[in-house]
Amino acid sequence: MEIFGIPTALLGSQLLVGLINGSFYAILSLGLAIIFGLLNIINFCHGAQYMMGAFVAWIALTRFGINYWVALIAAPLIVGAVGVVIERLMLRRLYKLDHLYGLLLTFGLALIIEGVFRDQYGISGESYDVPELLSGGINLGFMFLPIYRAWIIVASLTVCFGTWYMIERTKLGAYLRAGTENSQMVQALGINVPLLITFTYGYGVALAAFAGVLAAPVFQVNPLMGSNLIIVVFAVVVIGGMGSIMGSILTGLGLGLIEGLTKVFYPEASSVIVFVIMVIVLLVRPAGLFGKT
Amino acid sequence: MTSAFKPHPEYLRLSDLHAFYGESHILHGLDLSVAKGECVTLLGRNGSGRTTTLKSIMGLVGRRTGSIMISGNEVIHEPTHKIAHHGVGYCPEERAIFTSLSTEENLTLAPIISSGGMSIDELYQMFPNLEERRASPGGKLSGGEQQMLAMARILRTGAKLLLLDEITEGLAPVIVKKLGEVIVELKRRGFTIVLVEQNFRFAAPLADRHYVLEHGEIIATISHEELPGKMDWLHQTLGV
Repeated sequence: MEIFGIPTALLGSQLLVGLINGSFYAILSLGLAIIFGLLNIINFCHGAQYMMGAFVAWIALTRFGINYWVALIAAPLIVGAVGVVIERLMLRRLYKLDHLYGLLLTFGLALIIEGVFRDQYGISGESYDVPELLSGGINLGFMFLPIYRAWIIVASLTVCFGTWYMIERTKLGAYLRAGTENSQMVQALGINVPLLITFTYGYGVALAAFAGVLAAPVFQVNPLMGSNLIIVVFAVVVIGGMGSIMGSILTGLGLGLIEGLTKVFYPEASSVIVFVIMVIVLLVRPAGLFGKT
Repeated sequence: MTSAFKPHPEYLRLSDLHAFYGESHILHGLDLSVAKGECVTLLGRNGSGRTTTLKSIMGLVGRRTGSIMISGNEVIHEPTHKIAHHGVGYCPEERAIFTSLSTEENLTLAPIISSGGMSIDELYQMFPNLEERRASPGGKLSGGEQQMLAMARILRTGAKLLLLDEITEGLAPVIVKKLGEVIVELKRRGFTIVLVEQNFRFAAPLADRHYVLEHGEIIATISHEELPGKMDWLHQTLGV
């Protein structure tokens, strides 16, 4: 079977890869967008926190025999707690300063975190076995679908849409949306904004760690896994714009798919296509596709 | 500092209040007090420190020294959200309606800080426009509607002390009249009100007392009864 002269198995598998990458883009850019919205800080250590999620899962399994399913909950909690400490001890001091300081601090933290992990674990990468329940695959007739890959898409989309629901439909989400617009006024109405900020940063970091655990069985668990990914994620955030939660989810998924299709039709461009789109979007709509001008 | 001879206990007292934005010194030792149920205005030209006084009470300026007592509690070292929980409702000059939240979300956003707040139904009765527009995003409301919403959202929380900054600014006369009626009703209900007003004709009949500010200091305190005799001086001082 062929579509446009391309075997459907190839097209299907590249679309699947695109969708998986897109799921990671979506969940990571969502965390960045939430953090930026309320804290006005570009969280440059997001990639390092994603890597920490994968490492916590790997260490839990190899040292303590803690399985994937526990790690899927525990790693985001642990890394999120580290995020809470970072916010309380360091980021908090920078809110009154220019955005640049937050970026510099988190960039420095990313280098330190990655350096520590490189020192401890090297850069060769560790492998993490697919949990038994999700191993194997299904033959769809036109292509083979590994179950774990399907799980990545389901799990990350569930978390993304769950987060969207929480932000758009609950009281806590209303605090967050209002705080993103004018945090001083939210606080003047009697809402504990410093606590809201800590929670938001912790949650954004936990999302990155969750993505890291999801990624552990498909990518190598490697100290640099985050820094490779995060550059693309920043481009995704720029393309989507900072204004909308749904926007960052859809942009992440869409760009993953476009990347996958590029691998089929013009493989040479597949690693730069996201940046080409970024340039075009910046020229046409500087605030991003979903951003508010 | 309430005494048996004062029928109404003091609700707000500022003593030797100084406020700073960065290097600039805005308030230079303000002293004023507002009794429970009173309505006072802060008058003065632009830049005299009226808005800064309200912001200082809420802890929204860079640095403050002196004393801010609310209902007998010293709050100058407390964070902004805790100050609100002492029963203070703040309505800023720019109204600060959350544009991406619906009217009703705006209205119900603030937590209830004490009992005795007005119910949503009562508020919709007071401001019928808001009920019609309950599902509209805050950003789509007219200036008058935003002003009503900014007032309504602090009346719901049970706040007893209202800090209202230039609520009539830029609004049509019919809405200004409506807001005047609202203030009268709020006084009747026992709210304590500090009003910053440019529109002296609006403020004069409502207030029990007027504080006149210049360069971050209070240069005169005029009671409602003294007002007729001081009109010429006031017009000269305020340049209105």
